[in-house]
Amino acid sequence: MSYRLRVNPIACEAHGMCAELLPERITPDEWGYPLISAEPLPESLLEHARRAAQACPTLALLLERERARS
Amino acid sequence: MSSAASAYAQAPPPSQPAGLPRLLAGVPAHGALSLQEHLEIHGEAPRKPRRRRRSESPLIARIEAAGLLGRGGGAFPTARKLRSVASAGRRPVVVVNAAEGEPASLKDRTLMRARPHLVLDGGELAASSLGAEEVIVCVCAGARASAEQAAAAIAERSRAGDSSSPRIRLQLVPNHYLSGQESALVSYLNGRRALPTFTPPLPFEQGVGRAPTLVSNAETLAHLALIARHGPEWFRELGTPSEPGSALVTLSGPVAHPGVYEIELGAPLSSLIDAAGGATDGVRAALVGGYAGSWIDAGRLPSLALSDEYLAQHRARLGAGVVLLLSEHACPAAETARVARWLASQSSGQCGPCVNGLQALAMTLTETARGVARAKAEERIARLASLVQGRGACAHPDGAVEFILSAVQIFGSEFADHARLGTCEACALAGELPIPDAAARAHGGLRRARLA
Repeated sequence: MSYRLRVNPIACEAHGMCAELLPERITPDEWGYPLISAEPLPESLLEHARRAAQACPTLALLLERERARS
Repeated sequence: MSSAASAYAQAPPPSQPAGLPRLLAGVPAHGALSLQEHLEIHGEAPRKPRRRRRSESPLIARIEAAGLLGRGGGAFPTARKLRSVASAGRRPVVVVNAAEGEPASLKDRTLMRARPHLVLDGGELAASSLGAEEVIVCVCAGARASAEQAAAAIAERSRAGDSSSPRIRLQLVPNHYLSGQESALVSYLNGRRALPTFTPPLPFEQGVGRAPTLVSNAETLAHLALIARHGPEWFRELGTPSEPGSALVTLSGPVAHPGVYEIELGAPLSSLIDAAGGATDGVRAALVGGYAGSWIDAGRLPSLALSDEYLAQHRARLGAGVVLLLSEHACPAAETARVARWLASQSSGQCGPCVNGLQALAMTLTETARGVARAKAEERIARLASLVQGRGACAHPDGAVEFILSAVQIFGSEFADHARLGTCEACALAGELPIPDAAARAHGGLRRARLA
């Protein structure tokens, strides 16, 4: 089962928690909004990703199961 | 057979709808076709294809065979959209989208004003094939004549009395660039502001009143109404194999008769310009696809064909059928900077990268056009573009970036001159590219519009 991170750009208010908790995959842009790496999320980062999603004050970071493309 | 026909051409005989025009057949110069006139030209719509309990409506297979693609800008296969809605489970709702927020497009309001019954036929047929009982016709509040004709046509049909038909109602929507964006339209119809929403759920999954919702462009549904009458083979007599049929195009700029024309998909741009009475001035470049579209240099225009397949080599798409010619006397730098500012102002303000990025892009472009840009403005534009692309809830930032990047590329020498020497004489005249005036915007806004 693979997972990917996605941002709800409407909910995101650039608090920046995610970039602090998951710097391996998330960097802030020049306004503080998260840029998410396109690289797949390895098992070893899954727990960190989950924590970053839970820490987002506006719940804008989504950890989603990769859906098989139909 | 000509490949482009005037909006006001003579009607073909009723039972022989060959060639062009199709949608615009018999359109009087002023006012709309009455129900009676509409029926004289096109005949009765076929019996409503009732959705059967288990099997799919045969109309959907006919639309698939015709290869009809959405004419609202996305060119998505209409049959696939119908199937998605049909398979979503609950009783669906049909939304006829004539919101037409694109300032350079007039085709949906023209169709709604002149051929309301053809559009309504399409909405009803789509509704019947899906088992929907409600059709909501959305018209931009600024298009008063179109809204009035739509209202009159709906009233005329209810007097003609067909109780088996779905209910049709008119909804005015705000004059905002993004009002016609599918999720924004659904949001508005659900009593909220006309702003795009985060997806999924997409409208076909959960739309108006949480029901699966078909949001379809007005022109698309008008084609659907004709395919239901004349069949897929007839539809494919015009156009190309991958983009069959005719399409409405709004042509503006230095031509004798700017306006809405019906073309065969794949027709040369030159035939469209001829149909509009020819160019009245030198042309510097063409914007294809509207303000989410791409600029194409004048040198490439003589051989240009109006189909997405052809336009792909110029990184352009026909979109909602907008072709805008920029005259040689206009200043491309000032004009595109002005539109970039307007595009930034039309952000719905919800997504950070769109709000900040488009603002910064518009400012950098404006500074360059005025010769006051900081060093490396070009690199800054490229970097900002990459920060904006794909990072909004809707496609607005992507479309705006496409417009800006193609402008910077095609008008590279003009921007370089302005960066070095400052404004030119033509800068002061900027105003050739249409944007809605400030008063109209203040009225339209994002507030709920009322039918006067």
